[in-house]
Amino acid sequence: MTFTDLNLGLATPEIFLAIASLVLLVIGVSLGDKRMRLVAWASVLALVVAIFLTASDSNSGLAFQGLFVADGFARFAKILSFGAAAVAIVMSLDYAERENMARFELPLLMLLASLGMGLMISANDLISLYVGLELQSLALYVVAAIRRDTVKSTEAGLKYFVLGALSSGMLLYGSSLIYGFTGSTNFSILASALTGDAGLGLIVGIVFLCAGLAFKVSAVPFHMWTPDVYEGAPTPITAFFAAAPKMAAIALFTRVLVGPFGDMVGQWQQIIIFISVASMILGAVAAIYQKNIKRLMAYSSIGNVGYALVGLASGTQEGVSGLLTYMAIYIVMTIGSFAVILAMRRKGEAVEEIGDLAGLSRSQPALAYALAIFMFSMAGIPPFAGFFGKLFVFMAAIQAGLNVTAVIGVLASVVSAFYYIRIIKVMFFDQPTESFDRVAPTLRLVLAVTAIVITFGFLAASPFVDMTADAASVLFVE
Amino acid sequence: MIVQTIAFYVFAAVAVVSALLVVGNRNPVYSVLFLILTFFNVAALFVLIGAEFLAMMLVVVYVGAVAVLFLFVVMMLDINFVELRQGFVRYLPIGAVVGVILAAELIFVMVGTGLGTAVAGSPTPPIDQVSNTEALGNIMYTQYFYLFQVAGLVLLVAMMGAIVLTHREREGVRRQRIAAQVDRTRASVQLTKVKTGEGATGGVTGGGVK
Repeated sequence: MTFTDLNLGLATPEIFLAIASLVLLVIGVSLGDKRMRLVAWASVLALVVAIFLTASDSNSGLAFQGLFVADGFARFAKILSFGAAAVAIVMSLDYAERENMARFELPLLMLLASLGMGLMISANDLISLYVGLELQSLALYVVAAIRRDTVKSTEAGLKYFVLGALSSGMLLYGSSLIYGFTGSTNFSILASALTGDAGLGLIVGIVFLCAGLAFKVSAVPFHMWTPDVYEGAPTPITAFFAAAPKMAAIALFTRVLVGPFGDMVGQWQQIIIFISVASMILGAVAAIYQKNIKRLMAYSSIGNVGYALVGLASGTQEGVSGLLTYMAIYIVMTIGSFAVILAMRRKGEAVEEIGDLAGLSRSQPALAYALAIFMFSMAGIPPFAGFFGKLFVFMAAIQAGLNVTAVIGVLASVVSAFYYIRIIKVMFFDQPTESFDRVAPTLRLVLAVTAIVITFGFLAASPFVDMTADAASVLFVE
Repeated sequence: MIVQTIAFYVFAAVAVVSALLVVGNRNPVYSVLFLILTFFNVAALFVLIGAEFLAMMLVVVYVGAVAVLFLFVVMMLDINFVELRQGFVRYLPIGAVVGVILAAELIFVMVGTGLGTAVAGSPTPPIDQVSNTEALGNIMYTQYFYLFQVAGLVLLVAMMGAIVLTHREREGVRRQRIAAQVDRTRASVQLTKVKTGEGATGGVTGGGVK
């Protein structure tokens, strides 16, 4: 084996991110917390460069002796994850300074988490899956607890850590069973060795692997940590959690099930159908009682993961393409909604209750209309982008013969429309309370861009759907 | 051959006896020390079957880190071990069930079950051709080079996390200033005569050393 056999060129974005984070760590340590803004903007720049590196390289193949794969699917998911992470870092700047958590490690940990996401998305082996996932999760546990002097934040970090460690254990146990019953951890070898019928031991392994991954995407019945962690973590960190890692974990989930276990659709399809239906129903029902908007967004994200998993449950190329479309739209909606939540500050204090939005349409109409757009979109009302996301996953499900799942999905979507539209009612028809503080310019920019994308996204629907179809087709080449 | 057999029985007997003493000892510090003895004997057993890498890892990781950590915890925390010991009889059935399950698993493995077989080939390298330290080194820095690097990044994040979550800037901490110390000349050093028995508080209370 020689050095060129490693095919390092395929991993350029990840290598760049790793080196950038090490360099920025040294810069951060020598400049101290006062220059957090510099480190943060440099991290954003590093992510933007990584996006360009990802987008500009159209070579596909295996690197690092088959442990790492670069293909169209990975590129699509990486661009979304890195983009979401970059926006989350930008959104965290103002908040970090006001809430006394401006430490240069914050953007760096988010950068390292993004690196972990890149490695997860490109994993082509059970071991590289695990190390990528662990790199990402470990960084996330720390950023959840970054406001270490508040009880809520430390509680969120601890809960996330303990439950995350449990799920990692399940994932590893599943991986070890799969390795034991097949003799390989490599996805390519597994894909060619596993055709159709499999032994009981292997299926138990796949179930444990699915349980571990379902935890990472916060799908029912492994969702318990989500509301507490989303509520307790600082708001820009919650925005980060809800967007970037979710995309990476869903992409990983898809690659694992469709790649090495692609011929065993019959075995894992029922599991995915169950967790997706359960997530949709719980996301719709449990969110109704929430008063805290961050908890509401947590349940909403559980529901949204359920809808995305409908695409995976169909197990077809259309399904995966729909899943990618759905996740892309979900990320934009989530970031936009969290930008509004971040703007909810009164006299310098952050407020998080839904009641605090009362009468927003009169005090800050722009903010109210933006949130209304995101809520209509989440509820799945045309012509907003969220409608098309749901349309594609449900269409794929019906084509795959999963009519019941699709019908339950539509019903859950109707139920969830209740709480999304209730927020709009509070903003437009309730008596106004005090108005919010001036919104930071970076947040206004994020809001404007996301609102425009969600409203006018349908104009670019057909090229975008072609893109997701291309990305999904990679996984189904025999 | 006979030497190996004798060595096996000696190490195995000491391992079993010291393992029993770990559980049966009244003093937790002795328990941990017996645990270390068990680890050493098990390491010797590993050497006997040719698993020298595992033996070294057991000594380095378990004795060097884990057992010493145990020792620290036992010595630093005020845990009433007599209280912990109560209810032994009450929990005996549960312990017995766990023991039976473990024994059953061992028997299953030895007899071999019909759960399925490896379909993609055997992962173990031929043990008579290459020593296992060499085999591990061979793949760790070539085939699994990527994982080795990422594991390094994971450890970096763990270290950063520990610092972010626990490090605090304290006021009034006197740090050693090496540059200033090296820079001193004879003239800048001042000798002060300190009265004995009056403490370092400079006579604020006038009291002696507590």
